Amino acid sequence: MLLFLEQCLNGLQLGLLLFLLAAGLTLIFGIMDLVNLAHGSFYMIGAYFAATFTALTGNFIVGVVLALAATLLVGMAVEVIAMRRLYGRDHLDHVLGTFGLILFFNELVRLIWGPAGMNVPLPAWLNTHFQILPGVEYPTYRIAIILVTLLVALFLYVLVMRTRIGMLIRAGATNREMVGALGININLLYTLVFGLGAALAGLAGLMQAPILTVQIGMGENILIVAFVVIIIGGIGSIRGAFIAAILVGLIDTVGRGFLPDILRLILSPRGASAIAPAMSSMLIYLLMAAVLVVRPEGLFPVSNK
Amino acid sequence: MNGLLTRRNIVVAALLIFLAVLPVYAAISGNPFLITLFTRILILAMAAASLNLIMGYGGMVSFGHAIYIGIGGYVVGILAQEGFPSGFVQWPAALIVSALFALVIGALCLRTRGVYFIMITLAFAQLLYYVAVGLDRYGGDDGLTIYARSQFAGLINLSSKTQFYYVCLVLLFGVIFLIWRLINSRFGMVIQGSRTNDRRMQAIGFPTFRYRLACFVISGTICGLSGALLANHTEFVSPAMMHWTRSGDLIVMVVLGGMGSPFGPLIGAVALLVFEEMLPFVIKLLGTPLFGEAAAHASEYWQIIMGPLLLLVVLFARGGINGLLAKGRA
Amino acid sequence: MSEPLLQVSHLAKRFEGIVATDDLVLNVAAGELHAVIGPNGAGKTTLIAQLSGQLIPDSGNIHFAGDDITTLPMYRRSALGLARSFQITSLFLDLSVLDNVALAVQAHAGHSFRFWRNARAEPDLRQPARALLARVGLAERAELSAAALSHGEHRQLELAMALAGSPRMLLLDEPMAGLGPEESARMVEMLRALKRELTILLVEHDMEAVFALADRITVLVYGRVIATGVPADIRANRDVREAYLGEAETEDAGHG
Repeated sequence: MLLFLEQCLNGLQLGLLLFLLAAGLTLIFGIMDLVNLAHGSFYMIGAYFAATFTALTGNFIVGVVLALAATLLVGMAVEVIAMRRLYGRDHLDHVLGTFGLILFFNELVRLIWGPAGMNVPLPAWLNTHFQILPGVEYPTYRIAIILVTLLVALFLYVLVMRTRIGMLIRAGATNREMVGALGININLLYTLVFGLGAALAGLAGLMQAPILTVQIGMGENILIVAFVVIIIGGIGSIRGAFIAAILVGLIDTVGRGFLPDILRLILSPRGASAIAPAMSSMLIYLLMAAVLVVRPEGLFPVSNK
Repeated sequence: MNGLLTRRNIVVAALLIFLAVLPVYAAISGNPFLITLFTRILILAMAAASLNLIMGYGGMVSFGHAIYIGIGGYVVGILAQEGFPSGFVQWPAALIVSALFALVIGALCLRTRGVYFIMITLAFAQLLYYVAVGLDRYGGDDGLTIYARSQFAGLINLSSKTQFYYVCLVLLFGVIFLIWRLINSRFGMVIQGSRTNDRRMQAIGFPTFRYRLACFVISGTICGLSGALLANHTEFVSPAMMHWTRSGDLIVMVVLGGMGSPFGPLIGAVALLVFEEMLPFVIKLLGTPLFGEAAAHASEYWQIIMGPLLLLVVLFARGGINGLLAKGRA
Repeated sequence: MSEPLLQVSHLAKRFEGIVATDDLVLNVAAGELHAVIGPNGAGKTTLIAQLSGQLIPDSGNIHFAGDDITTLPMYRRSALGLARSFQITSLFLDLSVLDNVALAVQAHAGHSFRFWRNARAEPDLRQPARALLARVGLAERAELSAAALSHGEHRQLELAMALAGSPRMLLLDEPMAGLGPEESARMVEMLRALKRELTILLVEHDMEAVFALADRITVLVYGRVIATGVPADIRANRDVREAYLGEAETEDAGHG
């Protein structure tokens, strides 16, 4: 059962990273009513920046902080240059425009960094194991990821529940006049929120970078999973995103780990190994379909949307 | 009749005539590659037309439409592999299977609208993509080769480039015509009304869900047909056919051509694919005298223009090419 | 009175702590024009939403012509003869005026799984549509795009669409909203003519129109009925004067 515990922790870690992505998406959608398909591009950019800056400075932490800052800046630049013109438009326009951004970023990254993937090596002090329980060892880095994302989740909680900006998010304010009436500079607010969303995605990307390969198009695959999280959790709800993210992360990881064994109980070994890989990928989508049948608005829908 | 001789109609008519005589032109100019390129254009135009039905007229933005291309293609491929080479079996099967998938997926997805709908169709596309990757028996990720095109008992020989081209052309025109009739029928009015104001439609007395679902199924079926054609064309099917970025391509074609117009999808398919073929070539041609090697190099990254171009179309030319042609008719 | 056409019994609806409808009781007799008035936020639109099926009440029930329609979906109520117009113009703006009404007619003309015949060429749809447009005074505007109409003409179109399918009862949500004095007078005349043919529940702010047309009036405050009766009684009712008519009198003086 040690394996099970390890899988659960991996699932938690994946779930928390998904939460970072889903939270960013939900924030941007909640405040600006903007559907951002290119959110995954920030995930990718964060990872690529991390690869470059850690290599340049030779220091993992410095590299990571620089990467985060760079992603934030890119996010804000994208908002000013492109996103501004999309506000208030049809959601289809958002989808099309941001799809164009995905194409652009994928090509730009290919131009700058080349088509081959990149690696981010872990520094020695992170590349260790930590004993969380007697006899149970877990990679230190993964624990670090869990801690960092929990901190960020806490920060987001405080932001949403205790600040004026958070009040706007909770009210689902897409009304510019109402925002303006509160004495807030709308343009600045939108730029910052978008930048924050991008930074969250970038953070997820750069944290994953040492574990997975950094490659073009990595953003889109995980973005779709983030969408599944939002569908299950309910759009506009950060709490829903958190719970759904953990759920999806656990089901995906633990499912992948144990599905082959479970299938072997029912089917022949050959049959099990034939369909296990495909079925593991499908689990979270099946969950999504189930939620859709029972509660199309998601598990924790925000009722005023 | 002055009303008919608009700039737009003339362009469209010219395009149709060009398509009709293309194989002749290709034979004369010794350029058989043109037939291959334009067959692909016709097939994708059919897929785009099916998407235009639900998206342009019905307001249902599906980011997972390419899965029906995959479904149609895989039905043909699987049947071919399992010893059913007859087109009379393969093609109806492709249509029926596509319709069934569209029925189930539509029943689940159409309970949502707007942003949700877009995300859900994307997620289902990903799900089916993984199913295809898991089909070990049929090649999985590597895909499945089709050794012989659909057989039609000697009535028509799809292995002949020209014959196959004309089959695609006739089918495409048939689809465009059928969709045009559909849109102007009672059913079409319900679909259009539901796009504009679904709540009002229900208040008036229409159970809109069943009509939108029927429309979704019709659209999926047509797209499945295009998949069967594509499988014949490339003699190969793989999960890549239904990757969500292919769905994005279809959306681009529909918007670029002109959403909600009968010939928009065809115009969009021609524009996009010709653009994709020509642009690197043009960059190299024009750039080399000026920039030498760099131009050849740059032409490899032509795709970097696609993204911003799409954004510009969305911002400034929302009606697509059809819209640009129709404007300024005064 | 004999069995009322519309019976609303102890209806209640809340939204996240706000009580929109509070133990509401309302009866509308066949053939009467029953007005519902109340200050802003009284829950009038919420009431119409529940009557038309857009919202499902938390408790209580609604009977129409003897049938319990409390949880019936929107599109079924129309078939039973209960039609509605919208407060905020809710038309098909990218279709022509005639197309808009023809769609409303189509909803009552059998199923729409007809895929081939051009709906715009069907006399069964177009003729009744033209007749309805003539009735509300929009006959010459038939071929225009709905978006090209003035606000007042939009309200007329709203009415025409609600009348398609010969409903037994109309739920009118502020048909006068945003109309100038001439247009208002015209709308009042039209409603007066309609009164003779069908039952009407009229939600309105325009007090002149209400007192000119209503057979009976119900006053709503914070989702609750505070008075029901003939216009004379309502005018004299002290609670009503305090809660509402005082407000309306200063309003009236302004816009008369």
